[in-house]
Order: sequence, then structure tokens, then C-alpha cells
Amino acid sequence: MQKYLVRRFLLAFVTLLSVSLIIFIMSRVSGDPRHIYLDDYSTQEDWDRMGVVLGLDKPYYQQYGIFLKGALRGDFGESVREGRPVTAVVIERAPATLLLGAVAFSISLMVGVPLGILSAVKRGTMMDTFGKVVALIGQSAPPFWLGIMLMFFFAVKLGMVPPYGKQDWNSIILPAVTLGWYYAAANLRLVRSAMLDVLDSEYIKLARAKGVNSRNIILRHAFRNALIPPLTFAGVTMGALVTGSLVVETVFAWPGLGRLAIEALFAFDYPLLQGVVITFTLIYVTAAFIVDVLYAYVDPRIRYA
Amino acid sequence: MVTTDIRTNTETVLTVEDLRTYFTTRWGTVKAVDGISFDLRRGETLGIVGESGCGKSVTMLSLMRLIPIPPGRIVTGSIVLDGEDIIPISEQEMAQIRGSKIALIIQDPMTSLNPVFSIGNQVEEAITLHQDIPKRTVMERALDVLRKVNIPAAETRAKDYPHQMSGGMRQRVVGAMGISCQPQVLIADEPTTSLDVTIQAQYLKLLKDIQKESDLSIIFITHDFGIVAKMCDRVAVMYAGRIVEHGSVRDIFNNPSHPYTEALLASVPKMDRDVDRLFSIDGQPPPLHDLPVGCSFADRCPVVMDKCREQYPDSRQVSDGHVASCWRVE
Repeated sequence: MQKYLVRRFLLAFVTLLSVSLIIFIMSRVSGDPRHIYLDDYSTQEDWDRMGVVLGLDKPYYQQYGIFLKGALRGDFGESVREGRPVTAVVIERAPATLLLGAVAFSISLMVGVPLGILSAVKRGTMMDTFGKVVALIGQSAPPFWLGIMLMFFFAVKLGMVPPYGKQDWNSIILPAVTLGWYYAAANLRLVRSAMLDVLDSEYIKLARAKGVNSRNIILRHAFRNALIPPLTFAGVTMGALVTGSLVVETVFAWPGLGRLAIEALFAFDYPLLQGVVITFTLIYVTAAFIVDVLYAYVDPRIRYA
Repeated sequence: MVTTDIRTNTETVLTVEDLRTYFTTRWGTVKAVDGISFDLRRGETLGIVGESGCGKSVTMLSLMRLIPIPPGRIVTGSIVLDGEDIIPISEQEMAQIRGSKIALIIQDPMTSLNPVFSIGNQVEEAITLHQDIPKRTVMERALDVLRKVNIPAAETRAKDYPHQMSGGMRQRVVGAMGISCQPQVLIADEPTTSLDVTIQAQYLKLLKDIQKESDLSIIFITHDFGIVAKMCDRVAVMYAGRIVEHGSVRDIFNNPSHPYTEALLASVPKMDRDVDRLFSIDGQPPPLHDLPVGCSFADRCPVVMDKCREQYPDSRQVSDGHVASCWRVE
């Protein structure tokens, strides 16, 4: 178990390191940042001086070292647009995204898992058909369209919730539903098929032969086994909910990291964009690590491997 | 011919009367079990033999009331276990009976234990479900059964998970769960098929010992005549959902009276005879959704008569306690 966790932790660390390298290379490949900082009236002298200030006169490996050293201390430079440290801007925006992600994740679990179980247990009934419709909409409707449709009906026509922004407590409902629906659909299908497999297995047959009643067959014997595939997916989900917020936050004008990334992109704000991407990676990797730990908890075959 | 059945005095624990289990499929009604009757006495072992798809396993599932509904259903018949017909009772009542009065050991030890619970946990569950005793006693009782099926170092092994055990060991754990509540009837559905021959012999001996000790009645479902000879007192030969011949092991081996039984026995490879090709029965069993009017075995039977294709033969007595469904039995 410890060996497994240590291995997972090292793997997470290596992932972060590789991403930092990729980000570094991409930012160098995509052009010289001096083109943004300096205007048409700058001289060659200005250009060279700026290079010294930004450290661009040094060889690449040294530049990467400096970048990494800063990153480890949480220093990603200054935002071009805002003139403030990137870290400060990211920290300011992160809570909104984390909140949205957490609510959307809860929705994806609270809708997807029970519906998945019901669809499997009541296979071929109206319940199963209902589950299929929910899954179909969630997986085939693009979030920007779904968002606009929800906004149109529930905010504009019915006036039940605010259409955009983050003012009242209920502002979060529409963006969270839009963001969570896809993953609810994915969870539903995963749980349903995992549950069908498990319910068909020999050990469920034997458990029934022991005299376990139907309720405990589903909740005790089948569910824990059926949890393994959706749990694997949950790692991807948690991360993807954060990155998926790019579209949803833009549609609903939600002041989070996703929108910040888009803003930084349009403003050619390299340092800020880098900071956001690193933050996304960090969230992704952390989520995957948490899932690995949970995974070992649920499945003894991993715990004792 | 005089055959005295010494067991006629002992009490009957299970009586199955005209059991029919059908499945509704898109091809029509599959008559997986089509009117079988037998009884089982205390301490006795009944073997049910037949090739794949003859209805052995559906019979077993029907006895446990574990037929998936739909598509399956028990159409008619009665299953009287310990004086009570278990077909009309509710699912909750049946859950109470499963494991306590009638228990099951299934074929594949690799997949029949739940991978996410320790084996101690799974044996304990079987006990807790049917006995209202303190947790400490449950644990001790679980260790007792594990020892009874020869799990070495039961205390430490109980904490293990199925994937940490060998196939033979797992099958013994499945056996331990089966006998944990001292059932009256144990159904063993090919429990040794996936075990090595040596492990198989050990396991069969273990079952025999347990049976002797607790006067357990066993229904042994198999296609292996070697196991039948070693384990069973009586044998029922199934073909296409029906019992075609039924008698004591001695009767069946010495005087097989249904052509199908004869053919099955002829297909058993013999050590003392040198043959180029092993005997096999020509043709396929008829599809169970489209059974012929007459005898289901008619198309494969070497001694078929016209009458066989017109009417299904009723059960005819060969000798005392030995019956066969064949027109040739006079």
C-alpha cells in the first residue's frame, strides 16, 4: 500500500515536471515575448536591455532553471495586462472555478451514479429509457449550446435563476448543471454497464445463494465492485471539470480561471496563461492522486499489489 | 430381479414434482427444464448428469429459486424442501431459506468469491444472515468452518482476499460458505471442473467427510462419470430438459437402459482399452425452443423406432428404483 502510494506520488511529481517543460518549450517556440512588451518605437538597445531584464540573453537550459525555480516558489512572473504577479491573479480567480467544479462534480455523481444503478437494476424498463435520454443529451449536446438553451428557458423565459454572472447563490445552478451534465451522463453509462457486468457475475449468484437479499446484493456486493470503473473516470472528471470550465465560464460570464485563461489568451498575456495552465495541471494531478488513493481503498487487489 | 433399497426408511428432505422452467426468448419458449421429478433422502447423494445445455444448471437454479425473471419462469411443479413447497413463497422468505436449508457450491472458484471482501468477511456474512448470534461467535464459527474445509492457518487466511488464494483454496472457501449454516441440502454444480485432478480428489473426499459427519444430502451436478461413481448413491440422467433415466449408481452403470445413457457411458475413455478414436454421440441435442413431438433423443438414437418419433415415452420401470423413458423398455 505504501509502496503504491509512493509510486503514485512520484508519478504525479514527474507529470508536473514534464508539463512545466512542455509549457516552457511552447512559450519559447511561440515567439519572443519582447514583441508584446515593446512597441514600434523601441530601439535595438531597448530590445537588448529588455532581454537582460527578462533573462532571455541566457542559454535555454538556464532559462528553464530560472523558470522552474520561480515556479517552485509560486512565482510565475507578472501579468502583462494587469501588471500584478500572476500568482495573485490566479489565487483571486481560483475559488470561483473550484466552487463551480465542485458543484458540477457533485451533480455528476449525485445524478449519474444513482441513475446508473437504477438503469442497470431496472434494465429495459421506463427507468432505463429515461436514463438513456439523460445520457444521450448530456453526451451529445455541446456545453455552449446546452448552456445557452438552459439560460434561455430557465433564466430568460421562466426567470427562475440569473442568466449570467456570480451575484446570488443561485447564479451557480445553470453553469454547474451545464458543466456537470456531460459527466453525469458519462458516469451514468459507466455505472450502468459496470453494474450489469457485476450483477451477472458468479459471485453475485453465490451471494444470492447464501441468502443475501436483493437490496444488499445491490448496495453491498455489487455497488463496490461497480464503483471501480467510474472511480477511474472520476480522476479525469475532476480535472476535466476545471478545464471544461473554459467554455462554460465564458458562456455564463463566470469569473473563474477558465475565463481568465480566455482573457489572457486574447490579451497575449503569456505569463498569466502559463500560470493558469500550470494551475490546471496541478489540479488535474492532485485529483488523479486522490482518485488513486481511493482506488486502493475500494479494491484490495490494488492495495496488496 | 430383487433390489432392496436400504434407504427407503430414511426421511425425504427434498421432493421435486413435475418441475418446468421455461425461458421466453425471441426464438420462442425455451423449455430448459420440462417436467422433472425426483426426491432426495437424508444423507444421500444424487448425481445429475448430462451434456452441456441439457438443463442441469437450470434445474439447480430453479431449486434455489435463482432463475432470472424475466426471461425465465417456473411454469409448474412443486419443490418441497423440508416439508414446505418453496415455489409459492415470497422472495424474502426464499432469501431466508437460501444458505440455511439449501446451499450452493458453484463451478468456478476464480470468479465465485467477491473480490472486494476478505474471505473471512464473506464466510461471516453467510453465518450472520441466518443466525442471530454475537459477532464474536460469528467470527469463531467462521474460523471453525474454514478449518473444517482444511484451510491452513485459518486465522490469518481469513483476512486474505480472494486474489491471494489458489483455485483449490478458493473452492474450499466456497464450500465453507455452503456448509456454514448446516444446510439440509447442498447443491454442488460441477464444483471440481476447474481444479487439478489431485486437488479434485482432495475436494471430493472433503465433501464426503462433511456429508458423513452432518448427514447432509448432496445433489451433484456433473458430466463426469468418474465422479458419479465415486460420489453418488443415485443418478438421474438428463437430456433436453428431461430426466431420461434414473436409478442407483449400480443400476445405471451395470444396466443402462436408455440409449442415451448407454452412449454417455460408451463415451467415457477407458484406460484398459486401446482405441484409435474416442466414441462420441453423433448429432446435436435438439434446440430447446423447438423440441420434436416424440422422444428428444430420436434423431441421435441408434435403435430408433417409428413410435419414438410419434410420442414421448413415459417413464417405465426397469427394476425396483430404476426407471427409464424409452419405448424399448418393456
